[in-house]
Amino acid sequence: MANSIIDLAHLVKKFGEQTVLKDINFAVTPGEIVGLIGPSGAGKSTVIKLALGMEMADSGTATIFGQTMPNRKLLAHIGYMAQNDALYESLSGQENLVFFAKMKGLPKATLAQAIAYVAAVVDLTADLDKRVSGYSGGMKRRLSLAIALLGQPELLILDEPTVGIDPALRRQVWRELNKIRDAGRSILITTHVMDEAELADRVALLLGGDVIAFNTPTQLKQQYQVATIEAVFLKAEGVQL
Amino acid sequence: MRTFAIMTRVLKELLRDKRTLALMFLAPIFILILLNFVFSASQSTDVSVGTVAVTRSLKSDLAQTKHVTVKGYSNYKAAKRALDDDQLDAIVRQRNNNYSLTYANTDASKTTAVKMAFRNALSTNAMSHLKEKLAGTTSALAKLRSQLPNAPSTPDRTTAKATTPKITDHYVYGDASTGFFAKILPILMGFFVFFFVFLISGMALLKERTSGTLDRLLATPVKRAEIVFGYMLSYGILAIFQTILIVLVTIWLLGVEVVGNLAYVVLINLLLALVALAFGILVSTFANSEFQMMQFIPILLIPQVFFSGIIPLDSMAGWVKGISYVIPIKYSGDAATQIITRGVPLTSLGLDIGMLLLFLVCLTILNIVGLRRYRKV
Ligand SMILES: Nc1ncnc2c1ncn2[C@@H]1O[C@H](COP(=O)(O)OP(=O)(O)OP(=O)(O)O)[C@@H](O)[C@H]1O
Ligand SMILES: [Mg+2]
Repeated sequence: MANSIIDLAHLVKKFGEQTVLKDINFAVTPGEIVGLIGPSGAGKSTVIKLALGMEMADSGTATIFGQTMPNRKLLAHIGYMAQNDALYESLSGQENLVFFAKMKGLPKATLAQAIAYVAAVVDLTADLDKRVSGYSGGMKRRLSLAIALLGQPELLILDEPTVGIDPALRRQVWRELNKIRDAGRSILITTHVMDEAELADRVALLLGGDVIAFNTPTQLKQQYQVATIEAVFLKAEGVQL
Repeated sequence: MRTFAIMTRVLKELLRDKRTLALMFLAPIFILILLNFVFSASQSTDVSVGTVAVTRSLKSDLAQTKHVTVKGYSNYKAAKRALDDDQLDAIVRQRNNNYSLTYANTDASKTTAVKMAFRNALSTNAMSHLKEKLAGTTSALAKLRSQLPNAPSTPDRTTAKATTPKITDHYVYGDASTGFFAKILPILMGFFVFFFVFLISGMALLKERTSGTLDRLLATPVKRAEIVFGYMLSYGILAIFQTILIVLVTIWLLGVEVVGNLAYVVLINLLLALVALAFGILVSTFANSEFQMMQFIPILLIPQVFFSGIIPLDSMAGWVKGISYVIPIKYSGDAATQIITRGVPLTSLGLDIGMLLLFLVCLTILNIVGLRRYRKV
């Protein structure tokens, strides 16, 4: 696919003896949200790290915006949120945002505006001057998400962004994600929450080191002849319903 | 400028960690003041000497020596008992013109002190005997002369007065109280800078790695070199302040004389701090926890003290001495010693500065390349 945003081809990853990913192939096209689901330890985070070039694949290639990863300059157009919060605890929320905005190379003129915007999306505006060490788990998660949203990147890669976020705020976050998608930008998101997977445009089901299914939620449900994505997940895992 | 942004961030984090900051600035001062007391005290070991059948004049000569107390005993047995009871450090026993000395020898420095004091007393004693004899001869001569009416009158007193030579001591650096402390100070200063910068920067990078912020940082288009340089700038600034503080304390509080330019000392220590930083960052990649980082102290830091020049390197075996060539503190200590005690300008310290720069460049390159482990570009 010439115009895909992410293109993963024949990715293989081994950690020592353990082959975590056998042969991963899938693509994310412009203006879509792709959900990556799979049981814990299936290798979701590993797929993301390979895509970003943070880990080296044993074979296969990861291409983003048509260029082979790893590629340092491309990182300016990607918003990444890791599974762990990875924040500077002794700095305030504002200082964390400013620091990462500068690292991403956001122009000085729009810095304050960009920070105010992402803080509002995750509902942290009132707590920005607090030190992160005084944040709750959910607040840290939200700040982490805000950092990924900084600078309106063309591609968002979010590793379990909504863990520890309450339902009302989760809706707000998804509204924002949909807005980003509607603006033609792309999102790759991993999740454990199955009704969240229903909100994705396409879902990749990762199991046993392979993507065993990659389709829209509706088609997946038809394919497995069940009513929910959760049931698809369980059926794929071979759990008796 | 990403480098500056990283520098500001690292400095901010450091400034908010009040305890670490206090450790970095107050601990060296505390240790220096303690060391100053320890070493100035050891220069005046008090010893007590028991004497058996020693002439009164020698006894009084010995007693006049500073830090020496003399007690006479009627027989050796009594003196020996006192020695065994730890009341004496040595016994001097005279037989005719020979002396036998018995040392408790539980403290080598006391033994040496007694040895020295006794030899001095003996020569002083011999000298005064000579003087007495000379005076006797002179007066006999004068008597003889007075009996000869035609003898030419000689200027009096000249012969009698010029018997004791006067000794005046001159010190190129410091004064009579300059001791071991002044010698090791320039090296110690470097060691403090090295120790704290190494440990704190190593821990900082370790935390950055284990908390995941390094990954997050490397997921932005920042260059690996920018991260390393950002750290260097911030810790360089910190080291400058630390060195200035240590130097001021040693000059004003401890009264150590600095002959050369203070700015040079700061510059040398800054260079050393950057080496320590690069070293700390490098080593931190081999540690997975703060405790593992601490384990490098006995392996990597303490041996540096041995080869830094605090213990004279000349006395070591050739191959052992070879180790000192790869010890950064040796070069900074050498340079700082020359600046502080002899006022040597930077231009004459090319070898030391060159070696420090070499360490710095090599370690920095290793670090920048080493970050490839976490991001391949
Ligand atoms: N650095 C590593 N060294 C060795 N093994 C690793 C490493 N990283 C991941 N693994 C292994 O790879 C497998 C996949 O890990 P990964 O973190 O990708 O799972 P995941 O799908 O993200 O799980 P979760 O949903 O719990 O986050 C696990 O079995 C894990 O033990
Ligand atoms: Mg994961």
